[in-house]
Amino acid sequence: MASNPMAEDIIVIEGLHKYFGDVAAVCGFDLRVKTGEVVVIVGPSGSGKSTVLRCINHLEVPTMGAVYVDGIHLEDKETDINEVRAEVGMVFQQFNLFGHLSVLDNVVLAQRLVRKRSRDEAETVAMEQLQRVGIPEKANAFPRQLSGGQQQRVAIACSLAMNPKIMLFDEPTSALDPEMIKEVLDVMLDSARAGMTMVVVTHEMGFARSAADRVVFMDKGCIVETDSPDKLFSTPEHERTKLFLSKIISH
Amino acid sequence: MAVDAERMTQQSEGRFNARAFPWWLVAIIGFLAIMLALIITNPDYNRAFNFIKGGLGSFSDLLAGDLAAFIGRGLSMTIYVTLVAFAVALLIGLLAGLGRISGNVVIRNVAITYIEFIRGVPTLVLIFTVALVLVPTVSDTLGLANQVISNPTRAIISLAIIYGAFLAEVFRAGIESVPHGQMEAARSLGLNSRQAMRHVILPQAIRNVLPALGNDFIAMLKDSSLVSVLAVRDITQQARLYAGSTFRFRESYLVLTFLYLSMTIALSLILRWYERRLKQDGK
Repeated sequence: MASNPMAEDIIVIEGLHKYFGDVAAVCGFDLRVKTGEVVVIVGPSGSGKSTVLRCINHLEVPTMGAVYVDGIHLEDKETDINEVRAEVGMVFQQFNLFGHLSVLDNVVLAQRLVRKRSRDEAETVAMEQLQRVGIPEKANAFPRQLSGGQQQRVAIACSLAMNPKIMLFDEPTSALDPEMIKEVLDVMLDSARAGMTMVVVTHEMGFARSAADRVVFMDKGCIVETDSPDKLFSTPEHERTKLFLSKIISH
Repeated sequence: MAVDAERMTQQSEGRFNARAFPWWLVAIIGFLAIMLALIITNPDYNRAFNFIKGGLGSFSDLLAGDLAAFIGRGLSMTIYVTLVAFAVALLIGLLAGLGRISGNVVIRNVAITYIEFIRGVPTLVLIFTVALVLVPTVSDTLGLANQVISNPTRAIISLAIIYGAFLAEVFRAGIESVPHGQMEAARSLGLNSRQAMRHVILPQAIRNVLPALGNDFIAMLKDSSLVSVLAVRDITQQARLYAGSTFRFRESYLVLTFLYLSMTIALSLILRWYERRLKQDGK
């Protein structure tokens, strides 16, 4: 790629295309995220939001285009993707906690294998993070004994325990019962206020309003418009954005 | 049907339920009890039993640390062949199962060739082929004398190679039963694919297939009788020898049946209990 990513842009996505067979999920997506910035991606289902997010930690390989994380070109053959992923936390819609491990061991596992921390150190960090997400008393429980909201908070603790530079959230509240959404959003908000760089795919417009520096509206694999949450939600420029917002806010 | 029966037991907990009661188990235990009574009281059955089991064990054998003599040479051969062959088969099966789903074309095809080859040939034929063709060929190539490898070892190698192919499919199914999100979550945290397989996927996969592995262990215990064709003196071979020399076919083979059935029923009851516990834990 011709353009060199600027130093303060911790995530740079240039001309991203992703095809699944003949189906174009993302076609021509550009985004730059500064350190400490919170970017929320919204849009109708199938608009390619999750695919973009999954390209940022290389869970999906772009068909065309380039993704740089902290100046490292992910598609470069020389890149050790595991090193990059250690710096990029990912929170999934389905939590994906490891069912055979206790909550504490879930948070400890990657710290030991990837960060090479001693058991004592990893457990100390794990307890700090569980404290932070508000469920230290569940350290010895197993994931299946927890509610969805609790599981998702543990998943966030797992990522935060790695001290990542970036956190990615892929519809973190979409699989939750309504009364559990707030507890997860509160943890995310706390993380955002602490200065974490975050890219969030969500349908929670309230979260976007209070936490986002920028909102990106996507449709059919492209960016329709991007703006501060206040402007995008109150005075959207494009018809497509207006239509989408009218549909989700009218109830 | 099975689900219905279970529901009925739960509803009428504590009360006798003739529809859900395991009558089959009563019948089998009844057969085993009659056989046991015959072995104890009838001298013909008693002699057959002692010969097939492979000698009469005494507590002095146990004190001397000779476990094989205590439980009987024939019975201990059956158990020994089954345990060792199954342990080796677990290892082969795990490797072949991982190879089966490997991204590497060569490894994957080698694994599939092995699995399909074994599954396409009858067990008895494979035992002959492995013990009398493959083992001599390999030992010749390695420059070993053919006699170095004993018959029980050949039997173990044969059974391990055969069951490795079946267990490979069990392990593959187990690995595929773990949701894809587990691998994605592990990789997202920076684990490499080997770490993710070892610390995240395999522990859950193995837990999922433990009942299937148990069933294959029982099948292996039964198939270990086939090694009698290699003159390995397991209980089947002992029964054949006894029947051949005394013409007491009824006693020989009923006692042999009794021995296998008591072992397999005990194992299968343990397995049922374990599966039920697993189901309760999972919910």
